[in-house]
Amino acid sequence: MATFPSARKSKSPVAQREALEGYLFILPWLLGLLIFILVPIIASFYFSLTSFEVVKPPIFVGLENYVRLIHDQLFWQALKVTCIYVVTSTPLGLILSFAIALLMNQKVRFVSLWRTIFYMPTLVPVIASTMLWLWIFNPQFGLLNTLLRYVGIEGPLWLGHSQWALPSLIIMSLWTVGGPMLIYLAGLQGIPTDLYEAAEVDGAGAWAKFWAVTLPMMTPVIFFNLIMNMIFAFQVFTQAFIMTQGGPRYATLFYVLYLYQNAFKFFRMGYAAALAWVLFLAILLMTALVFRSSAIWVFYEGEVRKR
Amino acid sequence: MTPTNSPNRLTTVRRKASLQPGWFNRYRTYARLKQAFIYLVILAGSAVMLFPLLWLLSSSFKDQAKIFIFPPQWIPQPWRFDNYTLVFDRIPFVRFYANTILVTGLAMVGQIAAASLVAFGFARLRFPGRDLLFLVLLSTIMIPYQVTLIPTFVLFRILGWLDTYAPLILPYWLGGGAFYVFMLRQFYMRLPVDLDDAARIDGASTFGIYWRIILPQARPALGVMAVLTFLGHWNDFFNPLIYLNTTEKYTLALGINLFRSFQTTQWNLLMAASVMVTLPCILLYAFAQRYFIQGIVFTGLKG
Repeated sequence: MATFPSARKSKSPVAQREALEGYLFILPWLLGLLIFILVPIIASFYFSLTSFEVVKPPIFVGLENYVRLIHDQLFWQALKVTCIYVVTSTPLGLILSFAIALLMNQKVRFVSLWRTIFYMPTLVPVIASTMLWLWIFNPQFGLLNTLLRYVGIEGPLWLGHSQWALPSLIIMSLWTVGGPMLIYLAGLQGIPTDLYEAAEVDGAGAWAKFWAVTLPMMTPVIFFNLIMNMIFAFQVFTQAFIMTQGGPRYATLFYVLYLYQNAFKFFRMGYAAALAWVLFLAILLMTALVFRSSAIWVFYEGEVRKR
Repeated sequence: MTPTNSPNRLTTVRRKASLQPGWFNRYRTYARLKQAFIYLVILAGSAVMLFPLLWLLSSSFKDQAKIFIFPPQWIPQPWRFDNYTLVFDRIPFVRFYANTILVTGLAMVGQIAAASLVAFGFARLRFPGRDLLFLVLLSTIMIPYQVTLIPTFVLFRILGWLDTYAPLILPYWLGGGAFYVFMLRQFYMRLPVDLDDAARIDGASTFGIYWRIILPQARPALGVMAVLTFLGHWNDFFNPLIYLNTTEKYTLALGINLFRSFQTTQWNLLMAASVMVTLPCILLYAFAQRYFIQGIVFTGLKG
């Protein structure tokens, strides 16, 4: 892993050849990094300081876009909607998928059948699942209100009601908990059985084993799922674009939807670039917070050996 | 965290149990109840997961008039299999299918080729700055694509490639995505180096080692990547939405959305179209399931 020995060895023709080949192998990525990441990031920051309407070259306006952003009520609305979605759908999804993974990890028959059933919704393309849920949420003839009517409840308008639209999308997001479930399951199966045996010898019951072995051993996986799902949740677009167009009354104006509208509907590219940078900072801040907190609650196996 | 100094409760309990004859049966009953409870919860959960899919299937075979009745028919009467052919009459569905296969295929091939090459460089070759570059690669996973979106769009516009498939394919040939490079590199690192060395002594080139030694061994990881990238490109809605304008060039995702917007929503046909987009994904998963589950255990987090 160390860089120095290889650098020292680089005098030998063999090592020199290896280094050259190394750069050749990673060349596709280096080009991609330059063309599709580094240059666009710098350009994006520059655009965020300009007034830019695609057809005309950008005009430098300084921090004007960012100032406008602070006074833009829709920006705050989009930020609010997205944050509510992130802090509700992420934990709900993580707890639910963890619970399902725990069940699958019991001694049950037909595990692969259950696993497939729970994972299947994740395989449905977003376009198909949005169409399906649009139909499920249909107030008159959709599945949800039909089922509610069986038990005598007249269901709400769901996507058509400004109070229910966002919760509807959160409910819909819980349908795809199969993804994190699969990762949890892999993690659960990786916990060494001798830890459980040791706990049993110490007289731990099922409950104590869960708190003393399962949960601590799973914290790195929980951490991974938390970060990934949080980042995904920040970037929700298709559902809102197809199902609600941000309505009713901006109740589902997700951040990326608002960004899209600015960039590709109103062609305010400079303003959209500023929005993208704020999103970047928000995601960075959230992940930094989670990373910081991980020192307290994430438990790595290596720590045991040190003791 | 475990109560180390507590008396050995398990053995005490067992000793007591041997004294009381009824205890063992009671324990068995408790275990059975618990088992029944677990099955009950799993069954209920499965039902919740499956209901929407059954609703999708059932709606896709219903008659237009029968879709709006209460209580709903779970078994369609009559079965309208022609819903599926009607979709092809209403929109150029064959065309959309072909477009999607083309884009998904080309993007996938490039992505897998690029990521497996780059990962090999990072896992098996030594060159100055390698570790630093790998750190850069890892940090790019965190960058949301919206940040690079607008300049990338402007770039493709300058190149005159708007309304072509190049923006949907070309970027994936360059690097293949940081996440996949990371995943494959973790997998390669676990393969023994002995085979590489033996091949090198036999006069194999570096590319030969990659092609004949590493790639065959990395099949499970490449299988996982193939499934994930297939789903990613097949399902992509955002990029086609931004880059494609002409209807004939649409992918399935855009096509279905178009279908919805110009009909007074014919739910049965819309559901039939949705089934047809979903089917390849489920078939692929069924086909690759063994690899897929294995690969997640291998490559996932434990690397």
